[in-house]
Amino acid sequence: MADVSLRKVIKRYEDVEAVRGIDLDIADHEFVVLVGPSGCGKSTTLRMIAGLEDITGGDIMIGGDLVNDVPPKDRDIAMVFQNYALYPHMTVAENMSFGLRLKHYPKAEIRSRVDEAARMLDIAELIDRKPKQLSGGQRQRVAMGRAIVRNPKVFLFDEPLSNLDAKLRVQMRIEIKKVHQKVRTTTVYVTHDQVEAMTLADRVVVMNKGRIEQIGTPNDLYHHPATRFVAGFIGSPAMNFIPCRLEDSGGGLNIRLTDRIAFPLPPARAARYQGVTRTDRLLLGLRPEHIAELKAHPEPGIEPFEAVLDVTEPMGMETLVYFTLEGAQICGRVSPNAGARAGEPLRLAVDLNNIHLLNEVTGAVI
Amino acid sequence: MVDVAFQPNGVVAARATRKRSSLRTALKRKSTAAFLMTLPLILLIGILVIYPAFYSLHLATLNKSMQHFVGIGNFQFLFNRETFWLVVEQSCIFAISAVIFKALIGFIVAHFVHNIPAKGQRKWRGMLLVPWVIPPAMSTLAWLWLFDPSYSAFNYTLSFFGLGPISWLGDPNWARFSVILVNIWYGAPFFMIMYLASLKSVPEQLYEAAAIDGANWWQRIWYVTLPMMRNIIAITTLFSLIVTFANFDITRILTAGGPLDHTHLFATWAFKVGIEGSDLPLGASVSLFMVPILAIAAVFILRDINKRGNEAS
Repeated sequence: MADVSLRKVIKRYEDVEAVRGIDLDIADHEFVVLVGPSGCGKSTTLRMIAGLEDITGGDIMIGGDLVNDVPPKDRDIAMVFQNYALYPHMTVAENMSFGLRLKHYPKAEIRSRVDEAARMLDIAELIDRKPKQLSGGQRQRVAMGRAIVRNPKVFLFDEPLSNLDAKLRVQMRIEIKKVHQKVRTTTVYVTHDQVEAMTLADRVVVMNKGRIEQIGTPNDLYHHPATRFVAGFIGSPAMNFIPCRLEDSGGGLNIRLTDRIAFPLPPARAARYQGVTRTDRLLLGLRPEHIAELKAHPEPGIEPFEAVLDVTEPMGMETLVYFTLEGAQICGRVSPNAGARAGEPLRLAVDLNNIHLLNEVTGAVI
Repeated sequence: MVDVAFQPNGVVAARATRKRSSLRTALKRKSTAAFLMTLPLILLIGILVIYPAFYSLHLATLNKSMQHFVGIGNFQFLFNRETFWLVVEQSCIFAISAVIFKALIGFIVAHFVHNIPAKGQRKWRGMLLVPWVIPPAMSTLAWLWLFDPSYSAFNYTLSFFGLGPISWLGDPNWARFSVILVNIWYGAPFFMIMYLASLKSVPEQLYEAAAIDGANWWQRIWYVTLPMMRNIIAITTLFSLIVTFANFDITRILTAGGPLDHTHLFATWAFKVGIEGSDLPLGASVSLFMVPILAIAAVFILRDINKRGNEAS
């Protein structure tokens, strides 16, 4: 087991820069998830850690050793691929033991390691089957088993759940977390699914256009996003962005959305935004759960307003409501008993204690 | 026609409709349609393959003038001829060594081409296929000049190193080497293109997984490439073994079987005794000898394919 460090890592293909200088420190035992839209450079970064891609610039260190020019087989890593990459002509046991056999481990040692991994992953009875005879979820377990028996310094996962159906994905997500809690191997996990990232990671690395947007714990990213990209990427349904301006109003600050709608900011928030120029074009970032139905005795900082709903989506324990404000589509979460009906007005309340203000030009959260 | 005309009209009409409707239902059946569509090919195979095969079986039992039935007399005669055993020996040497080298060279060249960047690959693939595309009768003529003992490029080049001149087609051993060489040159591109297609179908991630598992390049070929290509290797080998065993044109043009019958294959010797020697029954007997040998090879190789066929996912 080991820590992994990336220093100013760059990957350039002929005319495109896929990764534009990444600095990342992954501690021993840590589970780090690289997440971002397709083409953001997350897979390339993982493949550079694995040694499957050359790095154009910068340094990669595994366990304190510089591995820039070390071939994959000598990096002591194990990788799980999106399409499993199991050897079709080998049985499950042969697939899992392949790496150990190449390194001439004693037969008894190989046997016990394979048995233990198979038991951990609940595939003991499949050990003599060929990959073709397995379901997608079983293949994924075998691919993980192949990584576990090697007992490597680092696990690398490249979108391992993308080929599974939604239900199986949730189940395997829990399996992966269980395995990590047992073996505690340093793990780098790539996904485009922010739910996977949030649920699995000790720390999430949000990437966009070859750069790191923000690194933090799942809660950090959710509650304190640094940029508009992170704010919009993390969380489902996504954060609402509404064009707005700040204006002074008798000692306090108002946040003005439209000519008709303006909310007074709570004093704590107002103090934070005191330095913002009043003419700046701003965005109000508001998570759907902070737009709810109006309660009988609202807490301070919760302000009422009325909106005509375009669409309602009953989810069971809550109902998502959509309405339009200044041309932007806004999503809110209300109780199923709030009486939300499409085409009808509803009294809603916005929680101003939990807003984010963003600079519309730079995208930075203020 | 006349007796039909005298029959009561109603009966004729009824029979006609019944016939027509049963014909229509028969045509509607998929199997009938399939049979009808393959019928031209079946007829063609019947006329050009099955009939001649049985005819040659029949021929092989006749005497030289094709007047008397001699049973297995022709075969008994062949077994006592030294040339026959020479032909058996040379056919086996020729087919086996040529196929092994064709497969080996095809495999290596396919790897080279596979690793050429996609941009230049078409060009190289096209050029490497040239030997296989030129009619062998023509290209072999060019080889005939290359092998010329006095004026050829080979002996001229060798003379710079103080070697030769080698009597490429005059010495029995060199002649055997030469016909095999030309056959390899002609047949290797076929293996190359088949192996290249098969290589391209091996998922890249299997190699990446193997690289991470610690396999060096040789282990990647041994544990990933070869198992993934096993079926295509078996099929191409069988196919090429049959074609090479039955080769005619290269040997016919280069050596015509000489010197001293050392380069005769079944086909060229059958031609020599059957057509040139005007003993068609004996020629037919010679060519029939290829059937059991190739049948055994086919059974073995195809059995392996059936066994492994279900593995690739």
